[in-house]
Amino acid sequence: MFKLLRQSPISARFGMIMIVLTLILAIFAPLIAPYEETKVVGDVWEEFSSKFYLGTDHIGRDLFTRMVYGARNTIALAFFTTAMSFSLGVLFGFLAASVGGWLEQILSRVFDILMAFPTLIFCLMILSIVGASIPNLIITVAILDSTRVYRLARAVAMDIAVMEFVEAARLRGEGNWWIMRHELLPNALPPLVAEFGLRFCFVFLFIASLSFLGLGIQPPTADWGGMVRENAGAITFGIYTPLFPAGAIAFLTVGVNLVVDWFLHIASRLED
Amino acid sequence: MILKRTGASVITVFIISLIIFIGVEVLPGDVAETVLGQSATPETVAAFRRELKLDLPPATRYIAWLKAFVQGDFGNSLANSRPVAQQITWRFANTLFLAATSIAIAVPVAVLLGILAALYRNTFFDKAISAITLSFISFPEFFIAYILIGIFSVKYNIFPSLASIDQSMSLGAKLYTILLPALTLTSIVTAHIMRQTRAAIINVLASAYIEMAELKGLRRLRIIALHAFPNSLSPVINVIAVNMAYLVVGVVIVEVVFVYPGLGQLLVDAVSKRDFPVVQASGLIFAITYIFLNLFADVMSMLANPKLRKTQV
Repeated sequence: MFKLLRQSPISARFGMIMIVLTLILAIFAPLIAPYEETKVVGDVWEEFSSKFYLGTDHIGRDLFTRMVYGARNTIALAFFTTAMSFSLGVLFGFLAASVGGWLEQILSRVFDILMAFPTLIFCLMILSIVGASIPNLIITVAILDSTRVYRLARAVAMDIAVMEFVEAARLRGEGNWWIMRHELLPNALPPLVAEFGLRFCFVFLFIASLSFLGLGIQPPTADWGGMVRENAGAITFGIYTPLFPAGAIAFLTVGVNLVVDWFLHIASRLED
Repeated sequence: MILKRTGASVITVFIISLIIFIGVEVLPGDVAETVLGQSATPETVAAFRRELKLDLPPATRYIAWLKAFVQGDFGNSLANSRPVAQQITWRFANTLFLAATSIAIAVPVAVLLGILAALYRNTFFDKAISAITLSFISFPEFFIAYILIGIFSVKYNIFPSLASIDQSMSLGAKLYTILLPALTLTSIVTAHIMRQTRAAIINVLASAYIEMAELKGLRRLRIIALHAFPNSLSPVINVIAVNMAYLVVGVVIVEVVFVYPGLGQLLVDAVSKRDFPVVQASGLIFAITYIFLNLFADVMSMLANPKLRKTQV
């Protein structure tokens, strides 16, 4: 593990530093933030000062505090959604690959149709019907995103399912579930880990966009996408407040992308 | 072959129209009650249901809805009871206008940059372009949008920060107004197309006939322009068409940032107002455009690359 880290290219190290920084902010949010999450402490859109490191937002809450708590809420939500989308996608993908037959046909057709629909539009429509709340948001985004995971998981598992050791396990009389857990999962892990990073980026951006459109996390809870929306009016007065949460979103995605690039590189080297 | 692929798309569109329809069907409670609110009397609810033809069985209503949709009648908006079609046509034209402008800027720039990056690969120029495009892909659309607003409309005051256009404006004035949103979209699309072009050309550069051309002593630029580029057209055309599909959908956020009167903005508004006829109609239009642009992408790459015609879809 450490050996691998030492061999990492500079870009991946930058990425890791960026991720760790954001995670520290997110985990120790209550210790770092100087004020309370939703407390109004100053005037509207105050400038930077030693009292308010990044100024204040559209109703006078400390922006730095909101950023720190926003990191926590935004990342936790995106991570949870990705984890769920991943479990769904991998489960169905492995099922399709190991059972095959009509189950695979049905699953593939269903996911094809879901993929043919533009994700953002689909999500907007579903949320308009079921109403925008956190559980609805998580489930909707997770299901829509799991289609991409399914594609990859199925393709990778199909390659493994024809190997001799899977054949051997089948002849031993192991069930599908055992084969999925003990043969498919460990062997499919490297590409799946890289995919997890990619999916996280995508889900993270996607939820930020939804929040920006006013359909994600509802105020007064701090989250980066929503904070951009709340402060959007400031930009026309030459106040750069909305750029901080937007920049933070960009910062984390770039960080994750840099690390994922390195993972993909390792995964492709393993195949050779 | 192409017919088969087209048929698959048509079936997908049908299934999606069904999903959209059922989606509103399974709405907890009833559309009539949701819209009229708690205080509505049973009589008003019943009258409203009759007006929306909610009292008919779902299958009949689905066919009627689909038939009306094909004929361009999308029903009336719940919010202001104006015909939906009226609002949508103009806005959809605006959305297409914005997307078309962006793609018109993006394609030449992206292909040129991609060729240059492939030509000078592994030099500083190539790495700089790769880094910049990778970060553009990672940025959320609104981040780029606000940076552009910050620079061009606040600091230098050259371009307006709100892209509100109306029918009476001339084409030049319209283009000037939508330049910032178009640039936002362009920067993202350019990044995607450029990366794909570079990868495709580098892929082709590894083949034997390029080596042959090199051994003949041809100049590198000539090799790339005449030998490598035509053979990498198929993936490039494909990525361009896929990006057009992305654009039509990706405009939603950019439209909201710049308050541009496009279909995306209408959809977001309708979603928050729970104006279902508008949501249904604009969602379906988006879906159809998206699916057919993807179909177009596949057909184009089949035409550009004869090898693809033999494989099964």
